[in-house]
Amino acid sequence: MLTLWGNVLASGILMGLVYGIIALGLTIIFGVIRIVNFAHGAMVVFGLYVGYCAGAWWGIPTIVAAVGAGALLFVFGYGLETLVVKRFVTRPHHIQFILFIGISLVLSGAQLIAFGPDPRPSVSHLSFETIAVGPIRLDLARLQAATVAAVMILALAGFLKYSTFGRFIRAAADNRLGGLMVGLPIPKIYATTFGIGAACAGGAGALISPLFDAQPFLAVDFTLLAFVTVIVGGLGSFVGALVGGLTIGLTEAFAALLFAPSLKSALSYGLLMIVLIVRPRGFFGAKET
Amino acid sequence: MPNEPLLTVQSLTVGYGGSTALDSVSISIYPEELLSVVGANGAGKTSLIRSIAGVVRPLDGEIRWRGVDIAGFPPWEICELGIAQVPEGRELFRNLSVEENLLIGGSLKRARARRSGNIQQVYGLFPRLLERRLQAAGTLSGGEQQMLAIGRAIMAEPELIMFDEPSIGLSPSLTRAMFDIVKMLHAKKTTILLVEQNVADSLSIGDRGYVLENGHVVLEGTGAALLTNKEVRRAYLGL
Repeated sequence: MLTLWGNVLASGILMGLVYGIIALGLTIIFGVIRIVNFAHGAMVVFGLYVGYCAGAWWGIPTIVAAVGAGALLFVFGYGLETLVVKRFVTRPHHIQFILFIGISLVLSGAQLIAFGPDPRPSVSHLSFETIAVGPIRLDLARLQAATVAAVMILALAGFLKYSTFGRFIRAAADNRLGGLMVGLPIPKIYATTFGIGAACAGGAGALISPLFDAQPFLAVDFTLLAFVTVIVGGLGSFVGALVGGLTIGLTEAFAALLFAPSLKSALSYGLLMIVLIVRPRGFFGAKET
Repeated sequence: MPNEPLLTVQSLTVGYGGSTALDSVSISIYPEELLSVVGANGAGKTSLIRSIAGVVRPLDGEIRWRGVDIAGFPPWEICELGIAQVPEGRELFRNLSVEENLLIGGSLKRARARRSGNIQQVYGLFPRLLERRLQAAGTLSGGEQQMLAIGRAIMAEPELIMFDEPSIGLSPSLTRAMFDIVKMLHAKKTTILLVEQNVADSLSIGDRGYVLENGHVVLEGTGAALLTNKEVRRAYLGL
């Protein structure tokens, strides 16, 4: 019994780290540019397909595919911000919302044209392997995804905290007007931030390709998942995204154990509602000013 | 007075959604001078600074820096020319440390190579900031935040520093200290645009001054002349 709980706990934490990096992508974009990327899920699925193709077509390991997907999505995100998103930064929220729904639909449509509607199951051998840590069994695909996600999280935290450009990004998030007044290169900061956010989504997508069958329609699920995660953790907060990710990962894992696997999303949304009622700004969100 | 102005604002008009903040305002700033622009709340003082800085886009008019029209330049290019400001409300990065705020101020290409030396110079000027260098800027007192905003501007090695109401919200003794710093920077040959509601103090340290009223320049002259002007004494000094 205790072993079962241990397994579920471990699995929840592992998935939570992956959710954390996805949410981090969403939250960093919001924190700096003040827009919500409703195409985030489509970008995760983009990465999922990169992971699928890399494995099924060329036999490339998932980790390498994740690095490739991250790089690809960074370039995509940087370009998208520079060409399109930039023009919408000062527009009203509902217009931004429609823009991102549009981008999401275009991405999903492109995936549908390229791969068709059928789920593409991973061919990674990792999907079927487990490793024993004491009495707990961890499946390798999940362990790998979580480990790489953890490395990405640490790398991103280090970049934001210690690099000059990371400091620029934090400054722009903190005070945009102040940033303009001291001459921060705002367009470059925004494009880079959007690229980083997209890279988090794409990298995470490739990492979970051994766990999820790639399918265009997953975009909505991942967008909602990321959205729930950052709302629970606190929109715009780095730590909040991680804690939110772990919370949702654990909620899903225990929902599947204690109730039924099909109820896991219901419980996540239930948690979201409780958070919205009790603490609308999330665990680590900034106070409304 | 050298004959070529460093900065000329010509017929500058700034408005927001139908209301006019500045209406055809013309002013000149000469190298190494301390220019005071005074006026009541809402006279258009902040709009003047923000349009020079490129943060607000003017509706009409020219802003010439060493003869080149820079109206419409983005703020990061204007900062790179050597125009810095100590903004109203300070506009610090509140969640970043004191030192990080200074580092960002010194990140412009024009000053980056000398950043570590400049930071030591700012700490020499404001030892309080050295004591609190790792503290978040938002946790500083009002006076300390003002020092940090000035330090952040100095880090850019500007030729022109624009001060937007530096004395606002400060106690009389801190206000005096603030004007002493402005005078000190002036003595070091930095050109200064000082925008204030505190008419008496800022005109008395200014080489020249302009009086702004409802978006218009209504008077200009040397600081001393304006201080003895009947209109100024009546409207702003209550004499």
